[in-house]
Amino acid sequence: MTSQAAPPESPAASVPLPKKRKLPAGTLYRGREGMWSWVLHRITGTAIFFFLLVHILDTSLIRISPEAYDAVIGTYKTPIMGLGETALVAAIGLHAFNGLRIIFIDLFSWGPRAQKAMFWVVIGLWIVLLIGFVPRHLMVVFGGE
Amino acid sequence: MSTQNIAAPRSPHLSHRKRRFNIEKWGWIYMRASGVLLVVLVFGHLFYNLIFPGKVSILDWAFVAGKLADPIWIVWDLLLLWLALIHGSNGMRTLINDYAHGRFRTLLLWALGATTVVLLVLGTLVLTTFDPCIGGTDNAEFAAICAAAQ
Repeated sequence: MTSQAAPPESPAASVPLPKKRKLPAGTLYRGREGMWSWVLHRITGTAIFFFLLVHILDTSLIRISPEAYDAVIGTYKTPIMGLGETALVAAIGLHAFNGLRIIFIDLFSWGPRAQKAMFWVVIGLWIVLLIGFVPRHLMVVFGGE
Repeated sequence: MSTQNIAAPRSPHLSHRKRRFNIEKWGWIYMRASGVLLVVLVFGHLFYNLIFPGKVSILDWAFVAGKLADPIWIVWDLLLLWLALIHGSNGMRTLINDYAHGRFRTLLLWALGATTVVLLVLGTLVLTTFDPCIGGTDNAEFAAICAAAQ
């Protein structure tokens, strides 16, 4: 009754604690190139889809009369719509190049292994496209004729 | 209530499954096939309309009418219309299936389908019945084409 059991040895003393990681465990997908290309593909695709709906409707005005078409297109020739066109071309470029990357991943045996490298190739090509398009387009939009 | 109709694990696929038209498979193929064509068609469209003329303000009725006086551009635009709109609709179908549920999902899918059909019909009618000579133009080359057609 009065005998006192020896205090049990603390398990922490004998079992080493797992080393604390400095960084969270790496993942193959989450937060990496694969996830962001997927997110960007969805966002750009959705934006392009809604533009396409409006674009078919406004272009259909050519069938009604020259005045109707020119009146609507005239409202597009503003700096804000010019910036919108820049964003549209940027979205289309990203969606197009990343779409080709998806095709390469699906079709070729080396595709899945090269998907990260191809993502950066997509970004590189996209920047080249924008360097070619944006300055010239903005000069047209903001510089008049 | 019996389990007799359930196939044992790893049974071969039922033969009727193999022969059925698999819309998801053909959708997958369509996205890739149309995607490759759209890269060419869309960049050609953008280049001709935005870069080639040298200025944005060229984009008016006379410019579009001048383009559509050439049958090549009618075919180009018809291909763009059908390939891009079905590509976009199929992509939006994927998003709806991912993010919407229940009756809201059904509603969105019907709205998407109806929008797609209406715009395909509208765009096709506009491109195939367009008369580039309905309006006056100060484009001499274009006016000559219309005068010759009359």
